[in-house]
Amino acid sequence: MITVRDVAKRFTLHNQGGAVLEVMDGAALEVGAGECVGLVGASGAGKSTLMRMIWGNYRIDAGSIRVAGVELAGAAPRDVIALRRGTLGHVSQFLRVVPRVPTLEVVAEPLRVLGMDATEAETRAGAILSRLNIPERLWPLSPTTFSGGEQQRVNIARGFVHPWPVLLLDEPTASLDAGNRAVVLSLIEEARNRGAAILGIFHDEGARTQVCTRLVDVSGFAVAA
Amino acid sequence: MSGAHPLLSVQGLTKSYGARRGCADVSFDLWPGEVMGIVGESGSGKSTLLSCMAGNLTPDAGAVVFDTRTSGPRDVLAMPEPERRMLARTDWAFVHQNPRDGLRMGVSAGGNVGERLMGVGARHYGQIRAQATDWLGRVEIAAERIDDRPAQFSGGMQQRLQIARNLVTGPRLVFMDEPTGGLDVSVQARLLDLMRGLVRQMGLSAVIVTHDLAVVRLLADRLMVMKDGLVVEEGLTDQVLDDPQHAYTQLLVSSVLQV
Ligand SMILES: Nc1ncnc2c1ncn2[C@@H]1O[C@H](COP(=O)(O)OP(=O)(O)OP(=O)(O)O)[C@@H](O)[C@H]1O
Ligand SMILES: Nc1ncnc2c1ncn2[C@@H]1O[C@H](COP(=O)(O)OP(=O)(O)OP(=O)(O)O)[C@@H](O)[C@H]1O
Ligand SMILES: [Mg+2]
Ligand SMILES: [Mg+2]
Repeated sequence: MITVRDVAKRFTLHNQGGAVLEVMDGAALEVGAGECVGLVGASGAGKSTLMRMIWGNYRIDAGSIRVAGVELAGAAPRDVIALRRGTLGHVSQFLRVVPRVPTLEVVAEPLRVLGMDATEAETRAGAILSRLNIPERLWPLSPTTFSGGEQQRVNIARGFVHPWPVLLLDEPTASLDAGNRAVVLSLIEEARNRGAAILGIFHDEGARTQVCTRLVDVSGFAVAA
Repeated sequence: MSGAHPLLSVQGLTKSYGARRGCADVSFDLWPGEVMGIVGESGSGKSTLLSCMAGNLTPDAGAVVFDTRTSGPRDVLAMPEPERRMLARTDWAFVHQNPRDGLRMGVSAGGNVGERLMGVGARHYGQIRAQATDWLGRVEIAAERIDDRPAQFSGGMQQRLQIARNLVTGPRLVFMDEPTGGLDVSVQARLLDLMRGLVRQMGLSAVIVTHDLAVVRLLADRLMVMKDGLVVEEGLTDQVLDDPQHAYTQLLVSSVLQV
């Protein structure tokens, strides 16, 4: 479902004397349905960079990344948008929302975009919020004033509200208490068991051992200095 | 939504003011349901470009091809004036930065909305008033204010009234020039929420000029960055903001705290 071949990435910092950072070369990786692959490697090795190229918010300088058959290198914006709508799910590290929108709507929104009616979408959103222990009295409020852990759980709810066939998870268990961490890990296992292809970054080693079927060390893709 | 053609296809749009460049050689396709943001420093040509696309200003060169309901893609600039004016009334909307430029200040709030309906042929007074009331509600203006004039409204209310006036006729394409400029942040947030909801419910396409990268991040699917009348970078909004390629975009992104 995810195929990365010969991918290279560099950053040119025009406003810092044009410094060029060659961060990756020859990156290759494959994630099939029902797999959960964990990216590992030292800080700065390029885990987030690789994941962002797959999500589409970092440009791919060379090589090919295909998600469910769609080529992301040089893809038109609308193709990336279409891929994100129905195929590629994502749990980012931070929640970004329009202020004032109630939590229930924030979580229901991906379903609404897919054309589901409001009642059904909000019922599903409520179910996943309950599972992540976000009390019902918070649902009508905007998550912008929530605690860090609550915001993260809203973000996770949004990322699991639809059964996307491909999922990217960036540190989904960071800053969660033991109870909520266990809920998130079981959500990941359920997604894997229904056949989703999952790629994740987990600094939490226990989480990695529990959910990952395989690890890929991105240090091997680093450009030798 | 046919989906076979872009809703709007802009090709080589160029406009100079004497020796001064307004905008030059701008091309892009906008698809149904897409929201495109345009950012760039003051004087970079954003308003010029928007006015040329919307037919408020005549460009020196280029084409603005719109997928019309009746006869498919047509170059708007080559259309006879009456036809273009009708298209502007039925299919397009233009939200000005200053609500005073987009409202009739001497006419009541209800009249401002109703007038647009009459412009596309509505005649039944009761229906016009009912629709106006409905739209005031959608933009969160209380029904009892329907007979007040815009001058009696706050800046944020005037801006919401301008949006109601523009959207009541069910346009397919909306141009917005700094729609949240000059409003305080809580009012901006409310307006953002409103615009996002409307775009989704009505399946609108929109081109939004703004200097606010946070607004663009939340509202626009795609982003175009302008400098000195030229497009220096364009692409998926989060790609342009998170991995900017051009020196000017890098400067723009690094100059704000966090988007
Ligand atoms: N937008 C960017 N602009 C410039 N350099 C960047 C950018 N994003 C990442 N880098 C650089 O790319 C390299 C890889 O960073 P990345 O964030 O992918 O590492 P990581 O493996 O996720 O590390 P960590 O475990 O600390 O999160 C680093 O040298 C980083 O500074
Ligand atoms: N009517 C005019 N006559 C002469 N020059 C003009 C006219 N309108 C705009 N210009 C010039 O064209 C260039 C682009 O102006 P424009 O208004 O399109 O910029 P903008 O990007 O919208 O700026 P801002 O962010 O300040 O609104 C500027 O150099 C401006 O001075
Ligand atoms: Mg990282
Ligand atoms: Mg302007």
